[in-house]
Order: sequence, then structure tokens, then C-alpha cells
Amino acid sequence: MGVESELVRIAGHITLVLLTLAILIAFVRLAIGPDQADRIVALDLISVLIVAYLAVLSIHTGQRAYLDVAIAYALIAFLGTVALARFRERLAKERGGREDTDEEGK
Amino acid sequence: MEVLTAVLMLAGGMFCLVAAVGMLRLPDTIIRMHAATKAGSLGAGLMFLALASYYLDLSTTLRAVAAIFFLLITAPVAAHLIGRAAYCTRVRLWDRTRIDELAYTCDWSGPEDGEEEG
Repeated sequence: MGVESELVRIAGHITLVLLTLAILIAFVRLAIGPDQADRIVALDLISVLIVAYLAVLSIHTGQRAYLDVAIAYALIAFLGTVALARFRERLAKERGGREDTDEEGK
Repeated sequence: MEVLTAVLMLAGGMFCLVAAVGMLRLPDTIIRMHAATKAGSLGAGLMFLALASYYLDLSTTLRAVAAIFFLLITAPVAAHLIGRAAYCTRVRLWDRTRIDELAYTCDWSGPEDGEEEG
């Protein structure tokens, strides 16, 4: 079941294209990020963009259930970001934290 | 009301795109978090406002407001944790950074200092 209004339909199409472009650009930073912290920031941004994508998808398809999906995804993505950040901090602490960690890659 | 929905959606899409471009173009990790956290949260929040203005009933609006509230609560916490992890692992700052107010206040007394503070 689609949307009735032509204006909302066209705006939804354009917004979905913009969000897809944004996710792709953030994915480039996820791939080339020189440090692990850059990758964590890129993953955080991608999860926020996916939440926005789900909200637009709820308007675009007329299914209200996507709103619940967006809320649950935001919760889980927050937990994932916190876990990654604390893991990164603890990893550096176990190494003494004194050495320059710029050159290490995954 | 449909015009409002379309305008809010397009504005949110533009802010999300700006956040991603800033993520790609800005010079170091701490500065990139500025784009990711603030513009990304604003874009997603505008999407939820568009959703509330599209359906216009009580339960959907309440859930959209709850989602915006949750985003506004969790985004600073996540950004604070990432920023602290990045700074305390000596991520390389931009070469034009002049004021470093934190200036190594992370307590690195070595790997044996056990529990870290919350």
C-alpha cells in the first residue's frame, strides 16, 4: 500500500536517494579511515543514517511498523557503539597507552 | 500538511548528506565527530518529525517523539565515549589545532591500574 499524495511520494523518492548517497559516502570513510576511532565514528553515523532511512521508508510504504523497527535499531546501534568505544579504550590501556597507535591497522 | 511532510523529509535528507560529506572531508577524528553527531542527529530527528506530521495520530506521534528523545539522549553519550577513546589513545590531531584543553588528562598510569571510572 503506497502513499496517496504525489508530492510526498516524489519527496520520499528523492530523500531515499539522498540517504543512500550519504550511507555510501560514510562507507568510504569506514573503508579508508586511518585509525580505528575513525571507523567507529563512521559506523555510528551509518547506524544513525539507517534509522533515518527506516523512518522515510515508513512514510514511503505506509507501514507504521517501520517506526518500531527504527526505535529498536537505534537502541541496538547505541549499545554497539558504546561497546566498540570501550573496547578500543581498554585495548589501548592494556598496551600501556604510551605508544603511538596511528600506524596500526586492522 | 503534505507540504510540511515533504519539506521536513527533504531537509532531513540534506542534513544527512551534509553529515556524510563532512565525515569524508573534515581533517581529523575529533572534528569528524562534530559532523557525524550533530548533523546526523538533526537529520534523523527531522525524519521522525516528518513521520509524525504525515500520520497525525496520537500513538505514532508519541512513538516519534520518543524516538527523537532517545536519539538526543544517546548521541552525546556515544560521542563522548568515542571522543574519549580516541583522545586517550593519542589519535593524531589536525596540524592546525592550537588549543588542546584536555592536554593529556587521561590517567595512564599503566596497565595495572585496574578498574577505570565510569
